[in-house]
Amino acid sequence: MTDLILAAEQGGVILDHPAVLAPFIVAIPLASAVLLLLFGKRIGKPAGVIASAAVGLAFLASVVSFVEVLSFPKEMRGWVSETFTWIEVGRFQVDANLLVDPLSAVMLLVVTGVGALIHVYSIGYMKGDERYSRFFAYLNLFVAFMLILVLAENVLLLYVGWEGVGLCSYLLIGFWFEKPAAAGAAKKAFIVNRIGDFSFLLGILLLAATAATLSMGAINAEALNPNGPGPGISGGLATAAALLLLGGAAGKSAQIPLYVWLPDAMEGPTPVSALIHAATMVTAGVYMVARLSPVFEAGGDLALMVVGIIGAATALWAAIMAAFEYDIKRVLAYSTISQLGYMFLAHGVHAYSAGIFHLTTHAFFKALMFLGAGAVMHALAGETDMRKMGGLRKAMPITGTTFMLGWLAICGIIPFAGFFSKDAILASAWADGQYVLWAVGVFTAFLTAFYMSRMYFRVFEGPLRVPEGVHVHDVAPTMAAALIPLGLLSVVGGAINLPGLLTLEHFLEPVLGESHVPAGLTPWVLGGIALLVAVGGILLARSLYMTRASSLRRRRAYARIPWLVDAARNKFYVDQIYGYTIVLPGKAFSGYLANVFDTRFIDGIVTGTGRMIARTSENLRGLQTGYVRNYASLFLLGVVVILALLLLRVMFG
Amino acid sequence: MSDLPILDIVIFAPLVGAVILGFVPKDRLDTLRLVALAVSLVVFVLSIGILVQFDANAAGFQLGSSAEWIPEWGVGYTTGIDGVSLWMIMLTTFLMPLCVLASWSITRRAKVYFVFLLALETAMIGVFSALDMFLFYLFWEGSLVPMYFLIGIWGYGRRIYAAMKFFLFTLVGSLLMLVGIVYLYFAVGGDPTFDYRELLGTELSLDVQRLLFLAFFASFAVKVPLVPLHTWLPDAHTEAPTAGSVMLAAVLLKMGAYGLIRFGIPLFPDAARELAPIVIVLAVVGIVYGALVAAMQRDLKRLIAYSSVAHLGFVVLGMFVGSLQGMSGGILQMVSHGLSTGALFMLIGALYDRRHTRLIADFGGLAKSMPVFSGIFLFVALSSIGLPGLNGFVGEFLILLGTFFTYRWWVIPAAFGIVLAAVYLLWAYQRVFHGDVTDEANRSIPDLNPRELAMLAPILALIVVIGVYPKPFLDRINPAAQRVVDSFNSSVEPDSATTAGGDRVP
Repeated sequence: MTDLILAAEQGGVILDHPAVLAPFIVAIPLASAVLLLLFGKRIGKPAGVIASAAVGLAFLASVVSFVEVLSFPKEMRGWVSETFTWIEVGRFQVDANLLVDPLSAVMLLVVTGVGALIHVYSIGYMKGDERYSRFFAYLNLFVAFMLILVLAENVLLLYVGWEGVGLCSYLLIGFWFEKPAAAGAAKKAFIVNRIGDFSFLLGILLLAATAATLSMGAINAEALNPNGPGPGISGGLATAAALLLLGGAAGKSAQIPLYVWLPDAMEGPTPVSALIHAATMVTAGVYMVARLSPVFEAGGDLALMVVGIIGAATALWAAIMAAFEYDIKRVLAYSTISQLGYMFLAHGVHAYSAGIFHLTTHAFFKALMFLGAGAVMHALAGETDMRKMGGLRKAMPITGTTFMLGWLAICGIIPFAGFFSKDAILASAWADGQYVLWAVGVFTAFLTAFYMSRMYFRVFEGPLRVPEGVHVHDVAPTMAAALIPLGLLSVVGGAINLPGLLTLEHFLEPVLGESHVPAGLTPWVLGGIALLVAVGGILLARSLYMTRASSLRRRRAYARIPWLVDAARNKFYVDQIYGYTIVLPGKAFSGYLANVFDTRFIDGIVTGTGRMIARTSENLRGLQTGYVRNYASLFLLGVVVILALLLLRVMFG
Repeated sequence: MSDLPILDIVIFAPLVGAVILGFVPKDRLDTLRLVALAVSLVVFVLSIGILVQFDANAAGFQLGSSAEWIPEWGVGYTTGIDGVSLWMIMLTTFLMPLCVLASWSITRRAKVYFVFLLALETAMIGVFSALDMFLFYLFWEGSLVPMYFLIGIWGYGRRIYAAMKFFLFTLVGSLLMLVGIVYLYFAVGGDPTFDYRELLGTELSLDVQRLLFLAFFASFAVKVPLVPLHTWLPDAHTEAPTAGSVMLAAVLLKMGAYGLIRFGIPLFPDAARELAPIVIVLAVVGIVYGALVAAMQRDLKRLIAYSSVAHLGFVVLGMFVGSLQGMSGGILQMVSHGLSTGALFMLIGALYDRRHTRLIADFGGLAKSMPVFSGIFLFVALSSIGLPGLNGFVGEFLILLGTFFTYRWWVIPAAFGIVLAAVYLLWAYQRVFHGDVTDEANRSIPDLNPRELAMLAPILALIVVIGVYPKPFLDRINPAAQRVVDSFNSSVEPDSATTAGGDRVP
């Protein structure tokens, strides 16, 4: 704390301290959202520009904050902007304070940077939609809540942002609510997330009751120092808290067993998929685990093992489904689930900064590919079936070229961004001695390269193939304005963690602790293996999709594993399993309670008794005037009883 | 100015207004409406005087007056409020003008209708202000009459059945309470009195406390309502006219919770503490049960009625866990539920005025034809399911936190109720508002008109205010809540494990 005071006297480059701008970073998109919600119809077309400008401004403010954080020495990089007391009851107090530190500064840049680009893209993408301004209002609202989530200094304020982004996700998945599928997907997303949030909320309660505070700084301090003067967070309690938090993270970040909402969420407009369901919101769980990493560390091997296993299993599971999917957006959705799995895997092996590193590069290349897919859908009259596409790179050079960059990045080809971040995770798993997790990660990397190449080859290479009557066109300038920067970032994004003066890992160290990477030759060997499997995946896809004999080979390959193909295309029947084991019995039980138990049994007993009373005054079932009289007589009876008793009291008391 | 008995003025102002209304010819519909609106607005403005003069830091009851009434029986006219009554009164006076606005579709015997509505207001404010048990009972019973007629005469479909059921349920409960009041009156030594503040310190044996607590509890539990005494509520809610449903949900149910806070716990603390586990079980069962049953309702009003059972379960849970957070959260939740559920009933009423149905199956795709209506409905629904940043969350979180301190494991089913709340409301929302328009009658429904927007806007604003900045509310609630919690935890030896829970708060 004294460090902070010292630093405050010292002053920053431009501002007093880095958190000065934090309230404005939240307020700008929020104000724009409110403006557009209330007056969007009247504002009309400029809505897109207003919304983009708001997020752009927030981005500029984030850049300034980031530079400010850098200007301070390492141990002074945590800053709180005090706003107001939110809830205060007795000694329990929650302030709506905002924290700017290296971790939130990085997240600010990702959220506002990618967010601003996607806003600009949407100006072109959503042109002509009847609820154009409403779309931007929701998008702005989303950014505002995401920023609250990222900047929150206490876990309850984080929860505000957490639920808020969930709401925006609901609104935007269901943006085209006329489609029953979109409405259903929106509801599914909200409810599945609520199940995760149920767990999260219990975790919050446990932490609040144990640490006697909701400040994440204080909670982490208790977890880091369980034998200190404070109550301390350790042992089984820390494990329980960590696992409950993980439940929340699994909902928001679409991990096993709660990932089922994300593929359906693709019913939303594609910019939404890019921003919310790839780059930002779904990474909230990854962020939260990193933010509260001391609690997970205190939770011991069990907690982290569960994190790592869930991450690795999800990465693999989703990659398999992606490999057999034909819908261009759903492939990307499964891919997102899979890549989020990598981030959890990283956390599970103590490599929190590697998780955040992958979060960042993934935000670049996955947003890019979603926006590319959106451009393709735009050009092909909404078509999403990859089997009806082909050779589009020549017809859509900007889209095709930028998509290629994203493809190479996610495949993990050196020197594209994904190579470095994925390699960092795998190397950390190896260094931590988690060879099984490492192996699963490597195999998933192979699958990733395969399914992504499958998509890229099908859609952009080979002879031109488009649905009938469609005239292919490349993107509008506003859309290109988003694709090109994201394409560049997908190429150079890995540089933020290249060994050198300032790497992301070192920058995050004050928050996330030091990372352990293997020394000597090992990292080169591991990197080489990762690169080899990536190339292997690409070559396999090439042989199955790009050569003369590919369709025959495909048929033969599928014939060898018909059960897997069938199961994967049916999403491993998980939706059905949940339907039959949870939804249907739940409905039946509720229906029984509502239609039989409540109406017949409970009401029967209680009104049966009532009816007996009523029978004694049968004439109650008369005209309304009869009621007046009878009510009056009952009421009078009551008063008479009182008076009689009082009289007795006065006479004999 | 401050010498003015502002509280008493607010109690009886609606009644005076009702009398004034009596001079308006009964066929002058517009005049009747405007006079009713004016009266309720004046009452609201007067009640702001209460809010302004209320001292958040003062201990005990304030702004009241005391006069002898029937001195030989120890009956007095004694009023006074604390932080709990303050917000209940504000909620009542705030909602009443909006209820008048929601009553534009009442054209039949409108004069009597508005007279009843205003009389009801006096009774409700009286309930929250009375500090004399006799006076309290009169107001309590007095609130029954107008509501009974509002349902029975201006209600829908099975209104006679619903009114009768409402009446009998509450009356049976009330009579038990009456017996309790009289017993208490006799049990106290010294000069006989109905003065609540004097009765407060009465030493009663645990056996007597238990009986009296149960007698009071019977009345309040019906009113809240706690499962399994809730079955009057869906019928009364559904068949009541909009304003009746709003007042029923927002204020009348709160009279039950208020009774527990004001009388049940402080008068019989040992019995309350002893029986708390049972009450908590009933409350938690209500949370889950109400939500499950709500999910399967076909009628929107019935759905909201069952959701009230769940929400009031939260309120009662908070009150009986014996921690300040639970108590304050419960009281704040009383206000929040009044606002959210009141607004939902207004919205459904507006929909009924247009389509003359409330069946979920009759709708679909309304978001297309009524964008403003559906946006507001979603907003209120979200506040009801406890979205952080809106009013419902603050109370619910405090209740869960308070529960966690003392009855740790019970937060699991209670918190699960929040998941279920999302299920029933969003599922209903999807069926009513999303999808394509399937019934042509829904294609061209007019959206909300200015009158309806005016009636909803103040509630929407408060929903945000309480969600974002509940401090002014909690600051006034906390001292009153602290007193009740103290009495709840009081007579156990300080070393006993049960008190630790109430105190072990951050």
